[in-house]
Amino acid sequence: MREEIITSGRMNDKIDPFLNIWHWEIPLYLFLGGLAAGILFFAAFYSIRGKEKEFPSAIEKAPLIVPALLIIGLISLFLDLNHKLYFWRLYTTIRLESPMSWGAWVLMIITPLSFIWAAIHLKKVYPNFKWPFPWLDIVEEFFIKYKKVLAWSMLVSALILGMYTGILLSAFNARPLWNTSILGPLFLVSGLSTGAATNILFAKTHLEKKTFSTIDLALIGIELFLIVHLFMGLLASTQVQIEAANLFLGGPYTAVFWVLVVLIGMIIPAVIEILELWKFKIPLLIPAIMVLFGGVLLRFIITFAGQTSRWLY
Amino acid sequence: MRYAMAIDTKKCVGCSDCVVACQTENNVPIGYCRDWIVEVNDGTYPQLEMEIRSERCNHCDNSPCVRCCPTGASHIVEGGIVLVTANECIGCGACISSCPYDARYPHPDGHVDKCTFCFHRVGKGQQPACVEVCPTNCMYFGDLDDPKSEVSEILKIRKYKTLIPQAGTEPQVYYLI
Repeated sequence: MREEIITSGRMNDKIDPFLNIWHWEIPLYLFLGGLAAGILFFAAFYSIRGKEKEFPSAIEKAPLIVPALLIIGLISLFLDLNHKLYFWRLYTTIRLESPMSWGAWVLMIITPLSFIWAAIHLKKVYPNFKWPFPWLDIVEEFFIKYKKVLAWSMLVSALILGMYTGILLSAFNARPLWNTSILGPLFLVSGLSTGAATNILFAKTHLEKKTFSTIDLALIGIELFLIVHLFMGLLASTQVQIEAANLFLGGPYTAVFWVLVVLIGMIIPAVIEILELWKFKIPLLIPAIMVLFGGVLLRFIITFAGQTSRWLY
Repeated sequence: MRYAMAIDTKKCVGCSDCVVACQTENNVPIGYCRDWIVEVNDGTYPQLEMEIRSERCNHCDNSPCVRCCPTGASHIVEGGIVLVTANECIGCGACISSCPYDARYPHPDGHVDKCTFCFHRVGKGQQPACVEVCPTNCMYFGDLDDPKSEVSEILKIRKYKTLIPQAGTEPQVYYLI
């Protein structure tokens, strides 16, 4: 057998023996960003179609938590930075080639949008709510007048945000596991699926519950399809990509990925949703929480496994 | 102008003098290194082959680190040298993840740090510190666009390779084999 032993004198912290630069902060943010994108997408979508009466929870209630999700996400992104005091440098330049620059700017747009959206729906959810200053009522009226514009810009920026969480990783040629264009659509669809699951949690009417569990079911189907294609693509590619796929096909991430993400996070909730839509009475709380759990773990596992995949030379 | 380095793997003995010279010249924090020695043992006994290389940032022509930097802190200066401006760097780690050679590291001060081809010396017409101190004279540094430079001359007559050319980064550190 031909053997090659590589000995390196380098032992840089967080780089060797394998890359360990991103910890819990990045995957948590990727999850929260995707979830926020999912909730805002459905709110904007149904609002544009004029379905305020049919989907009050998706349009009015669920988006109330989005500002909090985005703020927690932004805080965890900030914690991830090693040179924290210079974070504002992100906003002194626009770099079209850098996914992270896209992400920083789209967050700059979608965070205020989510605050405005939540604010103009506060009175609908809490009828007794009153703004402390009268000029805030004028501001609110202004935004309600232009709600269509608000909804359209939210729809577009939510799609960019959901997509970018995957592209952020897939742009790195140096980490073969991430370097696949499937990751963008996969994270977008997973974000929409967690958004639909959250809408199920907030839903009060049968119509809303049924609609979002049907949507979630379809999204889980697409996710499974994309995961199969992810591995087909990696296995049909170069040596380093085959090794990256093997992290999940017999390697250290096999059990956590297939059991916790695919089985508990996708297949079992899909089966429960099918049974519920068919005729059985099962609280939809169960599959919704499982989908959210699977969404978190998908980000964590892909982020950590990707850092151990590398080019060998 | 296109600065490049050629390292003779037949002459390198892996003494680590280049590593220490770099750490001293560039005030590299203790425990870190901008260049390092790699030893590759190939084959099975008794058919063994060994190659020793001094590795560092490849100052790639198609540098993924510069492409993915969200603030423009990673940039390319004259001669194709890839540099990091410390007070523009937010320490997000994108460039570190993007480098197939893992040539970058997070400096304890927060910003990202890496080999500069001793930009501060090269500008004055001096050689990089690692090249200067090499006791076996196995490193050659110079301008690839100048056909008379030492590095152009040696690449004309010797066989060479680059590291992971299939990653598409167009590395500019050449290893003579």
